[in-house]
Amino acid sequence: MKSTGKLARTALALLGGTAVAISASGAWAQDNRIELQWWHAMSGALNERVNEIAEGFNKGQDKYKIIAVNKGSYPETLTAAMAAFRAGKGPHIVQVFEVGTGTMMASRAAIKPVYEIMSQNGFKFDPGSYLSAVTGYYSTSDGKMLSYPFNSSTPVMYYNKDAFQKAGLDPNKPPKTWQEFEPVLKKLKASGSTCPFQTNWQTWIQLENFSALHNVPFASKSNGFDGFDTELKFNSPLHVRHITTLANWMKEGLMVYGGRKNEANAKFISGECAIHMESSGGYASFSRGAKFKWGMQMLPYYSDVQGAPQNSIIGGASLWVLGKHKPAEYKGVAQFFDYLSATENQVWWHKNTGYLPITTMAYETTKAQGYYNAHPGTEVPVQQMTLKPPTSNSKGLRLGNFVQIRDVMDEELEAVWSGKKSPKEALDTAVDRGNRLLRQFERDAKR
Amino acid sequence: MAPMEKRVVFQNKFLPYLLVAPQLAITIIFFFWPASQAIVQSVLREDAFGTRSYFVGLENFIILFEDDYYLHSFQITALFSSLVTTIGLSLSLFLAVTADRLVRGTTAYKTLLIWPYAVAPAVAGALWGFVFLPGPGVLAYVLERAGIDWNFQLNGGQAMFVVVVAATWKQISYNFLFFLAGLQSVPKSLIEAAAIDGAGPIRRFWTIIMPLLSPTLFFLIVVNVVYAFFDTFGVIHSLTRGGPAKATEVLVYKVWYDGFEAQDLGGSSAQSVILMVIVIALTVVQFRYIERKVHY
Repeated sequence: MKSTGKLARTALALLGGTAVAISASGAWAQDNRIELQWWHAMSGALNERVNEIAEGFNKGQDKYKIIAVNKGSYPETLTAAMAAFRAGKGPHIVQVFEVGTGTMMASRAAIKPVYEIMSQNGFKFDPGSYLSAVTGYYSTSDGKMLSYPFNSSTPVMYYNKDAFQKAGLDPNKPPKTWQEFEPVLKKLKASGSTCPFQTNWQTWIQLENFSALHNVPFASKSNGFDGFDTELKFNSPLHVRHITTLANWMKEGLMVYGGRKNEANAKFISGECAIHMESSGGYASFSRGAKFKWGMQMLPYYSDVQGAPQNSIIGGASLWVLGKHKPAEYKGVAQFFDYLSATENQVWWHKNTGYLPITTMAYETTKAQGYYNAHPGTEVPVQQMTLKPPTSNSKGLRLGNFVQIRDVMDEELEAVWSGKKSPKEALDTAVDRGNRLLRQFERDAKR
Repeated sequence: MAPMEKRVVFQNKFLPYLLVAPQLAITIIFFFWPASQAIVQSVLREDAFGTRSYFVGLENFIILFEDDYYLHSFQITALFSSLVTTIGLSLSLFLAVTADRLVRGTTAYKTLLIWPYAVAPAVAGALWGFVFLPGPGVLAYVLERAGIDWNFQLNGGQAMFVVVVAATWKQISYNFLFFLAGLQSVPKSLIEAAAIDGAGPIRRFWTIIMPLLSPTLFFLIVVNVVYAFFDTFGVIHSLTRGGPAKATEVLVYKVWYDGFEAQDLGGSSAQSVILMVIVIALTVVQFRYIERKVHY
């Protein structure tokens, strides 16, 4: 009895706390502006950037007031929004990480699609002006934007130029393909490196983006865009080949496992690891922390795979609008999104956070201002993402229960790295376990 | 009971009800109401925002028992809680016995042993995480020097070892306090009489001290099992997050993960109901069978 009591009490406290917080902020409003709650998960320096955006919008007009509230991590923000919505106190805008996209889409009655809000409130909305590699992730198959892409990044390769020099390698010629990798890693090891290569976010970079870059399906039905009856496909011979390569490198000490998320950043900044794969958002912390010369480069590919390299896909988060609010409030939300899309604001966000711009105009403007030439490497993520027009394999991923599926992939990959399972066995198991999660999601969505 | 016992009787009929009302209200609001909510949720499936919910009968339970990892979580929980309970109790009993025999410096010794109890579970987890962190960790360094391929982030057995160490360490103070109090209530005359009869320290411990200590031991077993089941969430969350590959995913961790990370309220509630049944069963078994063997 104790356990349920405890859990429910936690939930109760959570609900209660949120309700109090909201009514308090409402009661103390001093002016007649319509208040719009924006719950987000940006912490540290990014939290400050978010506050600056809200401030900029609030100063520019006198009808609406955006109130930006940090709600903790991505899952915590999402959970808080869900609990508040159940209590009838949901925020207007909530920032949801990309893996939550499927869950949000399935909650039809709780959300309001962005394209609907924009058109209902008379804002012109031209899908052609957006970078489709970014907006495609959050749009329906026929191009209708469901949520507003806020902070998007894509993985790239960072490498330590000093370490390359020390190993007798050309610091301006990093390996471009996976085939070229092995000799480079061996030379780095021979020069005394204890960590020639490591990767962050192994599922996002080595399986999800790997599939997009090689134009092979990660899941059937256009990676889930065409329906909930999708099945995972990341146990193909090409995927098995890649994981086998990585597993062998780990055995030979050419690669080191550094954790599921971005814990391994520390080992690149300290100079211990020579080649590092991480989100383009890592640029800010490397340029601040690394005391050596380093470079950025597109992710490698297998040159014998036809169509590779295709284009990479994004990660990060988007802004979802929740239902059950007044039409006047939605008008404010639409105006806020319009403000966010303004070229100057997009350029500012892109330069100050390292996240990708979402409109073609913003990209062109940043380029024309000479920013990319002044900061070498910063254009790599945009170039990689727009390498070729996205195919059904490289538009993005639209899977239900994706949070758990990522955990399943992490678990099975760790079983490979620790030598408990063969790559084929692990990927087969991951696909099988993931498919069960997809079927459960499909059953729930159809009820 | 003596027939001539004096009794105080309430004259007012409602006063007794009024006096127990706060206790009843707390029990109903914080225990019965949430428990009933969990039971209701466990037969429903709904979307994350609660806009649609459907009665599905026992589907949530069927899904659970078809899931190999749920059954695996049972084994993990059994292993984890028996390790934490047995190691924690034997270590603290040993410490209490030695503290009881100390002549000088007892206060300092006792105070130091009580310290870990003041540490929050999450902090205890982070602390041991540093100590065992491959590379910079102090004990990790010692283990690596000893030729052990140490990485509890990848090796399930090592991960279990680390969470057991952290969870046990946290509970030792509590056990120690109760054991020490129990030991000090054992009449000195009995021990002296036995000593005069020629019984050595070990014999005296098993034939006199242990039987007299059994109520304390019984109480601590119950408390420790409950602790290992429910209060170790913070330690596990900060050390391993249930990993690697679910090697340290105990039942209560899975309840939290499925409910709060995976937004599967139905599945999570079904697990809470199962946990509830387990705790009721454990308590009944403990009081029915084990308590009979306890000498008060």
